[in-house]
Amino acid sequence: MMIKSYTQLLSEYLGPGKDKMSDSSEPEVVKVENLKVVYGDKVAIDGISISFKKHYITAIIGPSGCGKSTLLRSINRLNDLIPNAKVYGKVYFNGVDIYSKDVDPVFIRSRISMVFQRPNPFPFSIFDNVAFGLKVNGFKLTKDELYKKVKDALVKAALWDEVKDRLDSHAYSLSGGQQQRLCIARSLAVDPEVLLLDEPTVSLDPISTARIESLLRSIKDEYTIIIVTHNMLQAARVSDYTVVMMPDDHMVGRIIEYGATKEIFTNPRDKRTEDYISGRIG
Amino acid sequence: MTVDARVEALIRHIEKRRRINKFFYFLFFSATLVSTISLIVIFVTLSYESLNFFTQVSIIEFLTHTKWTALFAEKHFGVLPLLNATLITSLIAILVAAPLGVMIALFLSEYASPNLRSIVKPMVETLAGIPTVVYGYFALYFITPRILRGVWEGLQIHNALAVGLMIGVLIIPIVASISDDAMKAVPLDLRHAAYALGARKCDVALRVVLPAALSGVSASIILAFARAMGETMIAAIAGGFRSVLTFNVGEAMETMTAYIAQVATGDAPHGTIEFQSLFAVALFLLLITAALNYVGIKVVRKWAIRY
Repeated sequence: MMIKSYTQLLSEYLGPGKDKMSDSSEPEVVKVENLKVVYGDKVAIDGISISFKKHYITAIIGPSGCGKSTLLRSINRLNDLIPNAKVYGKVYFNGVDIYSKDVDPVFIRSRISMVFQRPNPFPFSIFDNVAFGLKVNGFKLTKDELYKKVKDALVKAALWDEVKDRLDSHAYSLSGGQQQRLCIARSLAVDPEVLLLDEPTVSLDPISTARIESLLRSIKDEYTIIIVTHNMLQAARVSDYTVVMMPDDHMVGRIIEYGATKEIFTNPRDKRTEDYISGRIG
Repeated sequence: MTVDARVEALIRHIEKRRRINKFFYFLFFSATLVSTISLIVIFVTLSYESLNFFTQVSIIEFLTHTKWTALFAEKHFGVLPLLNATLITSLIAILVAAPLGVMIALFLSEYASPNLRSIVKPMVETLAGIPTVVYGYFALYFITPRILRGVWEGLQIHNALAVGLMIGVLIIPIVASISDDAMKAVPLDLRHAAYALGARKCDVALRVVLPAALSGVSASIILAFARAMGETMIAAIAGGFRSVLTFNVGEAMETMTAYIAQVATGDAPHGTIEFQSLFAVALFLLLITAALNYVGIKVVRKWAIRY
């Protein structure tokens, strides 16, 4: 992966004027190098190095407390919001070190958006929820353009048919599963490159879960998706690649195995992975 | 000890615990009773004395006449000048306190570090603890002559503007403190969701936290308004006792509370109509603030968000 400057990233984001086509063939969107995250004096994860490939779904699995969410939150600098959190090591997004001083974390978050464990729509209408990211990112849109973007996002999130007649209804009038798809639509509306999902179906019923899994598969050609889950079957169903994390003897989260999902599940190299996916531990 | 004796001892023990339990029930219940009975007694007393008043002055005159000359030889009892003064001063107060209070709350809940917050919040709340007589004095001897007259020469020494501004400062903590609590109650998750979409702190504060806390914020404003209407000392000291219907905030105006204070501390003999008029005004004020509280509760329930 080629290391680039923040300015280069910004100019690429702006579109035409790109002269180096070689970058577009680069399959790694996010690359983590020797990452260590510390909360106060507790080391949460250490020695994490991994690449996430463009337009694939990568699952991060592992038992509770192994640092899956911490790793995920390092990728869009959401750990910045936690007091006492310190991040060491490098995280590259399209070749740019997102922790370097000149990088605006807010811009990074609009390119790498995130869906949370519990559905957390904003306390306003369905339409305004999806439009929120567009408004705060300062997109100058006409009413029709805004409507189209909101519609596109809702269609991608497989929610449009259920809400098209009541876009002005309060988001809290939706069911839990619909709310979570609304949160996905909200994230897609800002047109990110990477979509992070932190156990997005943990509070949902099996039918809502299946819907979300199928929508993730349907959009993976356009987005790079990283999903944290401790449901191994979910990882097996949706992901192309799987990262297995496990706490070490000092409860510090580490990656113990990484590879194609099929291989991890059929032929794990690490004994602990085998124990975990077969349900012996975790 | 025989089995029977032990059973008996156990029964005595259980009985004792039950009596203690009952005792606390009655203790707490009586405490509650004191406040509810107070309200009823106040309401009944006011109504009774007001009834005497309204046998001599019609309710129509009371509510529509534009002159209040209770302490003059030629007596008129139109409450409008007093009501007008109360509403104008309270409105000025809320125009000061609502924006400032909400901005303080946003600062405390969204921007201030925990350390700064632990210093600033008690300071803001202390504002509400200053005796209001100090505010009244301050308005009359500092705000009006030193500040307001600098920009408005013809200002009377007693005037509604200084009263409104001063009450505004007094009720800032009510708005700030309750709004801050409401904002702090907005789940962290919502803020993170906004940040994860590329929002900046001001977007999170204004577009997420403020709407999410709207019911608490409106409640704080309604409560603060009711408090402003009831404020007496500032109005009595800095507003003057001139019960004339005017909309010029640079003139002296007598609020309902100031009138009550004036008569209650004066020497209006019992049984006279000016003495009874005090109760009529008090009852009227009580009904207005009660209605305001009722509206406040309705608003809060209607907008309340369950996370």
